[in-house]
Amino acid sequence: MANVKFNRAVFEKEIGKLDEKMQERISLFGTPVESLNEETLELEIFPNRPDLLSYQGFKRSFLSFLEEKTGFKNYPFNKPEKDYEVKVDSSVKDVRPFTACAIVRGLKLDDPKIKEIIEIQEKLHATVGRQRKKLAIGVYPLEKISLPINYKALEPDKIKFQPLESQKEMSGLEILQKHPTGKEFAHLLAGKIKFPVFTDSKGEILSMPPIINSEITGRVSLDTKDVFIECSGFDFFVLEKALTIIVTTLADMGGKIYQMKVKDKVTPDFKTETLNLSLEKTNRILGLELDQKNLKKLIEKMGHNYKDGKVEIPPWRMDILHEIDLIEDVAIAYGYENFEPIIPSISTIGGENSREVIKRKISEILAGLGLLEVSNYHLTKKPDQFTKMGVSEKEEFGFIELESSKTEFNIMRKDLTHYLLKILSENVDSEYPQKIFEMGRIFFLDKNKRIAEEERLSIAVTPGNFTDCFIISI
Amino acid sequence: MKKLIESLSVIEKKVLPYLEGKSISEICKKSNLDKVSVLRALEYLQNKKIIELETEKKKVVDVGVNGALYRKKGLPERRLLFLLKEKRIASIKDAEKESRLNPEEFKVSLGVLKEKALIEIKNGKIILSASKEEISKKSLEEIFIESLPIDEDNLTDEQKFSLKNLLKRKNIVEIEERKKFLIKITSLGREVMNSKDISKELIEQITSEILKKEQNWKNKKFRRYDITLKVPKIHGGKRHFVNYAIDYGRKVWTEMGFEEMGGNIAQSSFWNFDALFTAQDHPVRDMQDTFFLSQKTELPEKRLTESVRLSHEKGVSGSKGWNYNWNEEEGKRMVLRTHTTVLSARTLADTKKEDFPKKYFAIGKCFRNETVDWSHGFEFNQTEGIVIDPKLNFRHLLGYLKQFFKKMGYEKIRFTPAYFPYTEPSVEIHWFHPEKKIWLELGGAGILRPEVVVPLLGLDISVLAWGPGFDRILMDYYQIKDLRELYKNDITQLRKMKSWMRV
Repeated sequence: MANVKFNRAVFEKEIGKLDEKMQERISLFGTPVESLNEETLELEIFPNRPDLLSYQGFKRSFLSFLEEKTGFKNYPFNKPEKDYEVKVDSSVKDVRPFTACAIVRGLKLDDPKIKEIIEIQEKLHATVGRQRKKLAIGVYPLEKISLPINYKALEPDKIKFQPLESQKEMSGLEILQKHPTGKEFAHLLAGKIKFPVFTDSKGEILSMPPIINSEITGRVSLDTKDVFIECSGFDFFVLEKALTIIVTTLADMGGKIYQMKVKDKVTPDFKTETLNLSLEKTNRILGLELDQKNLKKLIEKMGHNYKDGKVEIPPWRMDILHEIDLIEDVAIAYGYENFEPIIPSISTIGGENSREVIKRKISEILAGLGLLEVSNYHLTKKPDQFTKMGVSEKEEFGFIELESSKTEFNIMRKDLTHYLLKILSENVDSEYPQKIFEMGRIFFLDKNKRIAEEERLSIAVTPGNFTDCFIISI
Repeated sequence: MKKLIESLSVIEKKVLPYLEGKSISEICKKSNLDKVSVLRALEYLQNKKIIELETEKKKVVDVGVNGALYRKKGLPERRLLFLLKEKRIASIKDAEKESRLNPEEFKVSLGVLKEKALIEIKNGKIILSASKEEISKKSLEEIFIESLPIDEDNLTDEQKFSLKNLLKRKNIVEIEERKKFLIKITSLGREVMNSKDISKELIEQITSEILKKEQNWKNKKFRRYDITLKVPKIHGGKRHFVNYAIDYGRKVWTEMGFEEMGGNIAQSSFWNFDALFTAQDHPVRDMQDTFFLSQKTELPEKRLTESVRLSHEKGVSGSKGWNYNWNEEEGKRMVLRTHTTVLSARTLADTKKEDFPKKYFAIGKCFRNETVDWSHGFEFNQTEGIVIDPKLNFRHLLGYLKQFFKKMGYEKIRFTPAYFPYTEPSVEIHWFHPEKKIWLELGGAGILRPEVVVPLLGLDISVLAWGPGFDRILMDYYQIKDLRELYKNDITQLRKMKSWMRV
């Protein structure tokens, strides 16, 4: 889950006043408002829409949704110029095989824009990038590097450059061992014989993806006008989409997009996909009675182009796998608030699980006998389950362990009794007699070492009426 | 006066004739009641102002645990003396054995007898030096023990001496602080005692014996009861408040014609994720988010496994799929189910075309690997419903949601777009909190994606599904601010907890 923060003043100037109605429009667009104050609007962006992670991307789609600028937004782009090329060496094949790159020129950057560029990178890393595993992005000031670029893998000790936020040159291994960012992402290169790097035509190292850029050649500043962008990873489709999201964001900031030659491809290719959208199916699934004209209007509100049952999908959309995804876009454009809920006229017979019926009967009987039902976690601790119950370490067997539990609990409960005794020990302040029971699932390994689950009942009753004891002592 | 007499209990009446200037133990003897009952009766009488009770604290000497025993069996030295009376002379070893005293008692006995010059010890042998009269005479200590209990203030010098000796020994005598009651009969009390009505028989308790025969109850009166008296608290038994709520949820579902699904908590990744079109590199499949178990399990039949694989790798029914190599081993890993939707997936795979229409629900525990705080837990309750029929659409989904949440107590709700890997279109249900004046999320819903339905059901139809968390509903109802309260098991709190009531 990713939250993005937009500047409220900019939003209100460019999109509209953030009154209650606007907030509702935003939620009904599928981006819940998390918080709003004087300066900042915070939205939740669902993982299927990384194209909304930047303010520019959000504005593009949301204005269309508000019917300000519907349909497909075309971004002009330029063919690769001389040396606009990334040579991909075969050595990266086993480390980080793919890259998609572009150049954007003519940017006029200020601090908020630089911040937005850094943020969209970070958000993409965290979401579709799977914490840089699947996708890592680098942005470099073009004035500091000389084209063409090389993408290759080198032995760690042959990699020497000054990483961001560092005062001195470090080797590939040193970065993973000592640099804070290097340490954080070291696991992504663990066990690799060679590490991937981008170098410029002079052999200067620009970065070591997916870890870190060079301080010298990889830091965008207020003076930067032209940038080189690379996305590296394992799934070319994802790289191309992420690159498209970034370059269109930069274009919306005023930049001009230039393609680059990458191996045998040209990226970004801005190729759009076309999917069939059946009016009949849309109406059937949504329970509506739209006509072609309505359908065109609605689907274009969501930033697509529509013609004769075919939808042209913008290249920054990553989430359209199937016609059904377009149908959802139609539903969002139609407005979830405008659907009239109805109960279908189908008839079925309801019924409870027989196990639950029996459990309820038992618990009613026990409650009738004055017993109080308690409810414990299904997870427990070894000392509670075994040691405190007088089971020595040697006799602990047949229990199920949890891997990497973040909680204080590390095994599944094998019985309920130890929990009931624990409750009694924690409730010595409550009036006696105490009579408690619990019914629930317990877990163990059966004789074939398979996980087994069983319903159990456990009862604990403390003896005696302590008020009587008081009278006797007078 | 009459009312007062009619309200006297049996024990009060029993002690009433013996109050004048008697000690508690005397009253016990006369009235044939135990001490507890007598004390209780006195307290009741005092409450009714029939007597006045004054208490006096006194130190009393009484027998201890061993003392009580010795009073029956004789002091150890007495027993040793009897043994020696027969033998006149014995080795220490034999004497210890034959006397059946424990080593400590034996040691003490020797000391006591020696001090009183009743025996001599020479070369490991005990020689009796006491005369017959000396042997048969009771010792001061014995006399003292027999006379207990005695007020400490009333001890004679002899008794004080014995007490001093006996206190040196283990648990023979004790000095206890006791309350002594002085009973004063009030003028009201005198009136009551002299009244004729006192001897009238009242019905204390209804028994079937009384009711069976007319003469047993006709023209008789009940004893009066003071209903303003404090009575002991009775903590009735009840179910855990979460389970009351869950049962209500179950009722809502069955009223709407849904059948309950059951199933295991430990599930394979295949059913929990793969069957629900959750790509194998999806973050929810990290150990960071989900509890994995070290055990693996078998995948279901090949046909099903292969169609799920196809759905992920290349897509089914016009889908592009996730475009990666689906790994069977990953599907075999066991997890604690992260949602009850896993039960829906399994049920879909078991449902046949002839069974349509079908509606199923589940309520149960789900798990995520997360540290606990006030709003998040590693265990949570989820409820889940699916509707399977070829004629269903999005408006039907909203219709069911509206109805379901209305029954759960949420009138003003709205629907907004959402995202889940296995539904499209997806919906989030929000509830307008009347006090906080904000929309709060209640849960998610949607129409299951064809990539889920086609491999499991073999047909491309709309299956409606929704799976709201149940804990938020619970917390709203019981006004619980901290999720951890659900698992606190504080007995006092559980006894006070209100029960789920919604009609």
